Amino acid sequence: MRFRIFRYDPDKDEKPAMRDYDVALDPHDRMLLDALERIKEQDDSLSLRRSCREGVCGSDAMNINGKNGLACVTKLSDLREPVELRPLPGLPVIRDLIVDMTQFFKQYHSIKPYLINEDPPPEKERLQSPEEREELDGLYECILCACCSTSCPSFWWNPDKFVGPAGLLQAYRFIADSRDQATGERLDDLEDPYRLFRCHSIMNCVEVCPKNLNPTRAIGKIKELMVKRSV
Amino acid sequence: MALAKRSFDAVVVGAGGAGLRAALQLSEAGLSVAVVSKVFPTRSHTVAAQGGIGAALGNMGEDSWLWHMYDTVKGSDWLGDQDTIEFMCREAPKLVYELEHFGMPFDRNENGTVYQRPFGGHMQNLGAGPPVQRSCCAADRTGHAMLHTLYQRNVRARTQFFVEWLALDLIRDASGQTLGVTALEMETGEVMILHAGATLFATGGAGRIFASTTNAFINTGDGLGMAARAGIPLEDMEFWQFHPTGVAGAGILITEGVRGEGGYLLNKSGERFMERYAPTGKDLASRDVVSRAMATEIKEGRGAGPHGDYLLLKLDHLGPEVIEKRLPGIREIAKKFANVDPVKDPIPVVPTAHYMMGGIPANYRGEVVAPQAGNAEAAVPGFYAAGECACASVHGANRLGTNSLTDLLVFGKAAAESIIKFLQENPGRKDLPKDAAERTQARLARLDGQKNGESVAEVGTEIRRTMQAHCGVFRFPDMLAKGVKKIREIADRVSRTQIRDKSRVFNTARIEALELDNLIEVARASMVSAEARKESRGAHDRADHHTRDDANWLKHTLWYKDGDRLEYKPVHMKPLTAPTIEPKVRTY
Repeated sequence: MRFRIFRYDPDKDEKPAMRDYDVALDPHDRMLLDALERIKEQDDSLSLRRSCREGVCGSDAMNINGKNGLACVTKLSDLREPVELRPLPGLPVIRDLIVDMTQFFKQYHSIKPYLINEDPPPEKERLQSPEEREELDGLYECILCACCSTSCPSFWWNPDKFVGPAGLLQAYRFIADSRDQATGERLDDLEDPYRLFRCHSIMNCVEVCPKNLNPTRAIGKIKELMVKRSV
Repeated sequence: MALAKRSFDAVVVGAGGAGLRAALQLSEAGLSVAVVSKVFPTRSHTVAAQGGIGAALGNMGEDSWLWHMYDTVKGSDWLGDQDTIEFMCREAPKLVYELEHFGMPFDRNENGTVYQRPFGGHMQNLGAGPPVQRSCCAADRTGHAMLHTLYQRNVRARTQFFVEWLALDLIRDASGQTLGVTALEMETGEVMILHAGATLFATGGAGRIFASTTNAFINTGDGLGMAARAGIPLEDMEFWQFHPTGVAGAGILITEGVRGEGGYLLNKSGERFMERYAPTGKDLASRDVVSRAMATEIKEGRGAGPHGDYLLLKLDHLGPEVIEKRLPGIREIAKKFANVDPVKDPIPVVPTAHYMMGGIPANYRGEVVAPQAGNAEAAVPGFYAAGECACASVHGANRLGTNSLTDLLVFGKAAAESIIKFLQENPGRKDLPKDAAERTQARLARLDGQKNGESVAEVGTEIRRTMQAHCGVFRFPDMLAKGVKKIREIADRVSRTQIRDKSRVFNTARIEALELDNLIEVARASMVSAEARKESRGAHDRADHHTRDDANWLKHTLWYKDGDRLEYKPVHMKPLTAPTIEPKVRTY
């Protein structure tokens, strides 16, 4: 199978280049990550992140034939050749398929991604009805792979000011939690021409999310709450 | 060359469940902490845990920590230390409530309490049954939910992380006290000394010594390698859990929660064979029992599929609603990795290497202990271990499902509290020895200068192939003896590996070579310990000694890298407050 992979090592390369690889696959090789491991056996200098190889740790996000996805859950049989692999768009490249995710995590951290509840905790669990808990479905499952934010034009233009789909999905995860008491504060923080309102519902985020989550819907709900409290 | 140095009160190596729980405690106590992790914290392998956290909350019916303790001791085939087991089971409910207060999205019951599901080996009434619902879960993504919650809480506590730094070696002075680690920053290739008054290892498992494993690429036993090189023994390394349900061919975990929710295993004739092996517990017998039954079915020609090499996990009878609500992740995995939709068809599964019961010897306070001057369990000053890399030993010869997450929470916190106390009693840091970075620099120089060596991938494959063939579910004396010889030969080859890539920037070839140094210590410890233990207990099953032999083998193994030798130490049969649970025949 034929691959064209973005290669760049700042330690020795002046500029990036695409390199071709032909790989003989084993019958057990099902996913793109399996093929990348084969390539790495031939050429140990190819650098990428990977860990769980089952789509839950979020390490091996990359741009695959023009679309962001996780190598470990992308079936080889679904890919046209040559398979073109590039680092996630819009973030600085450290080396090969590895990008610097500092800006992405900075935005995630900026939304205070933790439960805020100042009441003294009860002796046992805080109670939450199954319906209240269901509000968190489709939100808490985010694996922070950055496929969504790095496919979002608004995030490309303003990565320092726009929270991006991943961060906003998590902002809503805490707003939606019946145990969280900081909804007002969270909405205040997002009521800003950039932090939230750079989202123009382009919906690239929804299309690429490997966990089938819907950041655009979560952003819509945040906007709804803002309208509701202003009337 | 002198290395750059930074100083902290404590350094925590690893940012999975145990490392993050400990870091939180230390940060909130106002200590300066460096958490070193080779991956971004939420990428740690705790993220892949599915089924739940074991704790006797009693939300679904009567339960008690004593029953949980009994099940854990029995599950361990009496090799678990009863003081640490009591400690874990007693503390567990408190730690689960805490996690809920941190924001963990647990599933809920109608009355608003945390939902709990049944799991293998968890019973009411001191093992007598019926099964108890003890596993606190968030659908089948409990580890993911827990790891993210703990990371989030650490963001709140402003914990300092060294993300994508690989710890290389443990620093000890002449007295044996530990004083931090050397570590490599992957992005720049720079090596630094992290000097600390206390060092906690929470580096997770090492399933990557096997060819077929549920474990992530990162599970290379780094803490064990570092400890072994620094002269610390490794305990009970012959005990490896093979999870009954890994996706055939892919190794991906399918949670025992599937059977907890009512799924069961079938052989090629559609027979529910577990009824023959475990008449009471059936599919919810403990994991070693189910995995052996499955391996026997396959061996005796009753496996399913064109090659008769897997069994079938049936859950379609649970209905799409239950599957979508309680097991959505499993459905996703089955579709992607087995090409079946479990709403209609059974999932092909095989026993797959999953969990390391052994590890760095520790006590219930999270202190690392090693024999010294006649004391079998002298604390190594300044050194702590928690989670899968530690052998506390709560899991003994076989871990019960759900107890790994319980272990991370309880002993992560306990170790942190011990560190806080130690630092109060021993303020400041002892000076680093002159040779603090010598071992690390020698390893790096060797790797950079190596000529005519073998590739890391090749030697790694040899380790995995050897462990899989010689040290699997069923173990045979001749295969073990050959395995010891082979793994010793491979260890020589590991010391001559060569990498072609010499870049300083994010050099994953170098990282994998350094990880191989750790994998080989784990593999060697496991094979040598397994060859020596002449009985069958828990996950260790020998063809020439079919039964448990308490008269000769009710003891923990200690393996030393130096001399590749073994010692033994007694099992703690005396709990902290509860009566001893006396050994008896283990049936489910």
